[in-house]
Amino acid sequence: MMSLIELLPLALLGGVVGMDVVTFPQAMISRPIVAASLGGALAGDPLSGLVAGATLELIALETLPVGASRYPEWGSASVVGGALFADRGGDPTHQAAALVLSVLAGVATAWIGGWSMYQLRRLNAFWAHRSSDRVQRGDRGAVMSLQLRGLTGDLVRGMLLTIAALWVTRAMLDFSLARWTVDATTSRAIVAGISGAAALAAAWTLTHVTTAARWFLIGGLALGVILVLVML
Amino acid sequence: MSAAARERTAIPLLPLRTQAAMFVRLFAIQGSWNYELLVGNGVAFSVEPALRRLDGGVNGSAYREALARQARYFNAHPYLAAVAVGALARAELDGNAPTQIERFRTALPGPLGSVGDRLVWAGWLPFCSLLALLAFGLGAGPWATLLLFLATYNVGHIGLRAWGLRVGWRHGLRVASALGNPVLRQGPQHLARAVALLAGVAIPLALLRLIGPDRNVVGTSVLAAMLISLGLARLHGRVPGWRVAFGVLVIFALLSIAK
Repeated sequence: MMSLIELLPLALLGGVVGMDVVTFPQAMISRPIVAASLGGALAGDPLSGLVAGATLELIALETLPVGASRYPEWGSASVVGGALFADRGGDPTHQAAALVLSVLAGVATAWIGGWSMYQLRRLNAFWAHRSSDRVQRGDRGAVMSLQLRGLTGDLVRGMLLTIAALWVTRAMLDFSLARWTVDATTSRAIVAGISGAAALAAAWTLTHVTTAARWFLIGGLALGVILVLVML
Repeated sequence: MSAAARERTAIPLLPLRTQAAMFVRLFAIQGSWNYELLVGNGVAFSVEPALRRLDGGVNGSAYREALARQARYFNAHPYLAAVAVGALARAELDGNAPTQIERFRTALPGPLGSVGDRLVWAGWLPFCSLLALLAFGLGAGPWATLLLFLATYNVGHIGLRAWGLRVGWRHGLRVASALGNPVLRQGPQHLARAVALLAGVAIPLALLRLIGPDRNVVGTSVLAAMLISLGLARLHGRVPGWRVAFGVLVIFALLSIAK
């Protein structure tokens, strides 16, 4: 189990990148490839964080943070995934299994994170409703207070989510790693293959209505496969 | 004096400090996002530094009425909301009629939302993500990948917010014409093609780096990814890819532990 001293920097990072998803500053430090690398760096291995982050980024490619829609919160979740893999992926015998389980922990946290954002939005609505008289009188303090409450609430939400997710998933990861039976090659192939499938489907969904985009995708795939063959 | 020069001289100047305060606040415009007002309170929060210049200052009735007006329901893409913030600040300081400002606030969200979603969320963001994945696939380290992604993305992000605020302030309630900018009109289509091309190149390379240099395994995984993605694409987004990935990984993990 992680101590509070170990958890605190990760929780703070989880809070900051959790905010970045919607409330402040939306500079996309919350994208998995960034947030997981930073989580990995705090756990002592940024490269492992990047590997987990790239896998999560493939899965998250389809998520568009469009206004009122409900979507997974990838920021805090990627800190969890990156930190877990950095922490447990160093052991070569368990590396592939740790990647599968860290990515799984990240996606599960993102799902719960999406729910927590929805709850915060409802709380913001409650606060807005309660201070609507003051706002409609043009009370500057009421406008500022609503904004600050929402920002603080989001920071706290991200921090609590990161702490809870790390606490639960790390114990589950240790339990599962000790019982993992599938070989490393298959484990890596499964997690990479399904992430790649999600990313390709996302690319299709995002672009297929644009004239000729499908040919760009097919051409790109041909080029990508040739490059892979050259690099092998 | 040319028409353009006349227009330039007719634009009132906001003090640099006020412009800076509005610009910084734009980054927190969704700070209190909720299902009742959406980004309404955030618009009031971002316009507020300009409203202090109304007659009577923060204690005047003009300030209070304007702030209350700006805190009502509003919806827009968060980056392009800068256009609305600039235009609304100009309209309030120009003394436009409240009914005119209300009509403007009702008309603007649609275009700002749809243009922003297509240009940024469905275009620029996936483009930059795929660029980072390409760098990862080609062997870049964590800091190089992060720097490439964050620098590229935020050139567009910060540039769009700055442009929006400037153009909104310059045109006021006539800002709709600025939304005809070629970047906003043609940009999403060009970006979609670039995203498609980059996805095709970057995804197989990213899989190669994740799996390692095993020809058969990489080949099988890339082929499987293509086939599964065809199935997912046929569902037209009814089942999100991340849920499918989650389901597959849960089943795989359970089988691996229980075996």
